[in-house]
This record gives sequence, structure tokens and C-alpha cells, in this order.
Amino acid sequence: MRSRPVSITEMRSETPTQCTIVLDWEPEAQPGQFVMVWLPGVDEVPMGFSSIGPSAAITIQRMGDATEALCALDPGDRVGVRGPLGKGFELLEGKRCLLVGGGNGVAPLVPLAEALVAKGCRVYSAVGARTREELLFIDRLAGIAGLAPEVATDDGSQGHHGFVSNLALRLMDEFRPDVVYTCGPELMMRKVADACWERSIPCQASLERYMKCGIGLCDACACGRYLVCRDGPVLSGEHLRGVPDFGSFKRGPSGVKVPFAAPGGGGSIGIRLRSED
Amino acid sequence: MDGPDISVDLCGVLMENPVILASGVLGETGPSLLEALEGGAGAVVTKSIGPSPREGHPNPTVVTLGDSLLNAMGLPNPGMEAYAEELEWLGRGSEAPVFASVFGASPDEYAEVAARLAPLVDGIELNLSCPHAKGLGAEMGGDPAMLEQVVRAVVDTTNLPVLAKLTPNTGDIGALASAAERGGASGLVAVNTLQGMVVDVEMAAPALANSYGGLSGDALRPVGVRCVHEIAGMTSLPVVGVGGISNHIHALEYIMAGATAVQVGTAIRTDGPQLLGRIATDLRDWLVDHDHSSLADVRGILVGGGHR
Repeated sequence: MRSRPVSITEMRSETPTQCTIVLDWEPEAQPGQFVMVWLPGVDEVPMGFSSIGPSAAITIQRMGDATEALCALDPGDRVGVRGPLGKGFELLEGKRCLLVGGGNGVAPLVPLAEALVAKGCRVYSAVGARTREELLFIDRLAGIAGLAPEVATDDGSQGHHGFVSNLALRLMDEFRPDVVYTCGPELMMRKVADACWERSIPCQASLERYMKCGIGLCDACACGRYLVCRDGPVLSGEHLRGVPDFGSFKRGPSGVKVPFAAPGGGGSIGIRLRSED
Repeated sequence: MDGPDISVDLCGVLMENPVILASGVLGETGPSLLEALEGGAGAVVTKSIGPSPREGHPNPTVVTLGDSLLNAMGLPNPGMEAYAEELEWLGRGSEAPVFASVFGASPDEYAEVAARLAPLVDGIELNLSCPHAKGLGAEMGGDPAMLEQVVRAVVDTTNLPVLAKLTPNTGDIGALASAAERGGASGLVAVNTLQGMVVDVEMAAPALANSYGGLSGDALRPVGVRCVHEIAGMTSLPVVGVGGISNHIHALEYIMAGATAVQVGTAIRTDGPQLLGRIATDLRDWLVDHDHSSLADVRGILVGGGHR
């Protein structure tokens, strides 16, 4: 499919470093799918949906030229959209679901929570960020699930002092979820997936890789034997088990392996990505 | 294998079937090469590899046009040292034939990369034809004298078969084929993508960040078949046909026009690499339906008259 132009109806500042672009566009998207967003002369980057419906929205972590330029747009401006692409979250009915989101990775979990609640699921969530100012969509998740998310901050400014993965482990044992959905920094997701494997809980993780074609041709977004654009971005814990890349390295634009930074080690490694790492 | 023989001896490289993963599609990592082989490819060609890491062009790098595609990836690759690790990984998981696609900015660079990867592969394909990377690919492969130098430099550095992949962005592909033969190539591959441009009218911008790209897929097939037909009629070298193949009928077009084997790339985006095995199976079934015992029965049946 070709990229097509859509107008921006609203710009929102969500946190000091994250903005939401609301689009005059109603894509037939599943929670967890992504779209290639094009700003001519700047870049075309993969973005998850933070809202699906009559006014689709994307929520962007400002971290480079493309994301800064996107957050500097105004209502009435246009961007090109190519999508929805990829495979989203598998929705289950009537289950106890735990959603674990870190940083900007909380964004696609919001439409997921809406879809799960509509399918009669009980939705618990754990949300993490570096500081309380960077916590994303706490109120939206509370409103959808009827239950406030448990919160973790790296600096302890709100909720659990530490990583959301540690908080998630505790919640797994308290809530006994039937399924865990996670999106965020890959080291966090790896810890969550490891804990799920140990407890025999199915999990689904939404991955992020540098993308070029977005349609399964160029191999830029390889994660082991999977292409994140074609087989993901959501991959099941079952699939990810045994993939050496998962939680270990991604590939830069040239295909060179780029190790994930250790937790708390900053994370900016100078390549354009959809959310923080 | 029961049924007609579709195995191929391509310059001494033995393949179970003639369907090869084309360079540029998947092939940047060991696991994707393995996926293509497990999907039934007779052989695979790697992404084009140069001496050092190269990020390629900024996005957008592709624009789809129905069953065709314009791309300007810009030869992204991790460089020969990092890529050698991918091939070492693959070598532990598969014995099927692998060709390394190689590019450089000079004959010496081509030779350097070919020499580095040669111990890990079964053959070398020279990318003399990438139309959208400045100073590389077609800018060298469009000049017969330069092309001959590149081929010779690589042939002198390795005992592996060396295939020269030719550009269709020329008025005389025969001259390029002859130059490759003079340089000592073991075989020819035709064709790479055709230069093109797509404008996004609403955005009033080129659809690709690089403005110009290479056209592949359905629209390229008649161009490729014609080029294969011409060069198969003028050289004794085996020719590999590539451009717009998405089923066995397309493959047979190339084979009847003189191709020894075929490569498939763009069509994989819809069907995944299992498409490669499916084309091979359908090819065998077609031969059965037409009472042929071997692919050799139909290969090149259109070559040798009325095409010059």
C-alpha cells in the first residue's frame, strides 16, 4: 500500500518528552499494529497506535530528529501514513490480563486494554517510567480498566522505586494473571518474559526494531528468525523463547548488532527508534 | 526426488531446484537466509556486502506500486567482517548453496570483499548494477571497461564461480555481457532493477527520500526476459534470470528464454520465503503435465533465432 496523507486534528503534550498526534483517520487497526509515519524531507518512522477508532492517534517519545519534528507539528499539518502494518496483540476473552508497560511502551497498551475489557477481561496494569513526570496514560488506563495501574519509577518519585519489571513480578504472583502483555524497553520485556516462562504464563511482547520497508522485504528489523514488521511487532513468549536477540541486541540501520544498554544506563544509542530503550 | 529433474548445475554449484533468493530481499542476517533455504530455495544470494558498515538511504526507502515496487535502500549492509559472522552462523545450520553478493567502490574493493567472504560461500555474485547508490553498483557496472576490470579483479582473487549481475539501465546489455565474459565471469545474472521515480502528488514530494529508486516486481519482468533472451543468445555462459517472478510460469518465461536458473525477490513480500519452494514444486508439476522429464527439455528453446 502507498503512503497517504492525513491531517492532524490535535496535538497534545503528554509528558515533558512525549507528545500525541491525533489524526483525521480511522484505520482498521488491531491493538499492537503499527503505521509508518512519513514527514517528507525528514524521515518515515514506525509508530504504534495509542488510540484506535474514528480519531487514530500516535504517541511519540522525543528522542531524535524525526520524533522532534513530529512533535513540533501543528493541527492542520499533514503526515503520510502507510499501514496499519504487522500483527498486533492476540485478544483473549474473559481472562485475567496483566499489562506491563515501560516508558513510551505504555502507548499501545491503552487500545489493548480497551479491546480486552470489551471482551470481558479483567485488566490489571503496571506502568513504569524514569520519573513521575514521564508516567504515561495512568488516568486513561484507570478509566478503561476501572482499576488504577500500579506504578514504578526509576527515581522513586512515585510508586515502586525501581524497574516496572520487578513490580510486574510481584503482581504476577498476587493477581495470578492468565496472560501477560508487555511493551517497553526490551530488557524490561525480557525480564517479564523470563518470569512468565518460569510460571508457565503465556505472554505477548511488542518489539521495536529499526525499520525500513515495513513489509517483510528488507530484513532490517530482524529479531532472530522473525521480522518484527511481518511476524510482529507483537510476538508471543513461545516464539521469543530461544531467540538469542531478544533482550540482548537489535540491529542498527546497517544491520550491525547493537547490544541493549544495561538498565539505568541511559539508553540513547544514537539510532532512531519508536520509543526509548 | 520423484518426478522430473529440476536440479541445476550452475557453474559447478549444484542446486536441488533452480529457484534462488535474489539479493537485496531478506539476506541481511543468517537467520533470514536460513528461512529462505528452509522455504525451499535451491540457493540463496546474500544482501550486497561491502567492505565496511553502511546504513543506506534514509526512509522512505520503498514505495509499492501494485505488484511492483520502487526501492532505494542504498546498499545497507553491516560490512564484510560483521557479515562473515552471519555466514558462519548459517554454515552451522545448512549445507545448501549460498552466493555472496559483493559490491565496492573500485575493482580492488570488490576483490577484497569477495576474498573475505569466499571461504564461507559457494559462489560470488557481483552487484554491478544497483541503480541508486552514488559511485557504486551501476555507476561502475554501466561501463563495459570498468565492469570487465571488476570481474577480472575478483576472478583473480578466488576459485569460486563468479556471477556478474547486470544492469538493465543501458542501451546495450549485450556489451555488458561480453565485457563480463572477457573479464572471466563464470555466469551472468540479469537483471537488476530499472531506474525510476514516483511522485507523491498530495505531498508534492518524491515518494522516496532518495528521489530515484529501482523498479522491481511485475513491471520489470518483460524487461528481464528480453535481456536474458538477448544475452543467452550471444554467450556460452549460463544466465540466471531475475525480475518480476512470482510464480512458475514467470520462471518458465525466463527458462525458455535461456535462463539456467531464476531468482525471486519482490514477490516474497506477500507470500514469504515459502514462495520459493512453491515455485519449484509448481515447476515440477508443470513439467509432469507437459510430459517433460527434465527442465532441460524446455531450457533455452526460444534462443537461437529471430531475436537479434
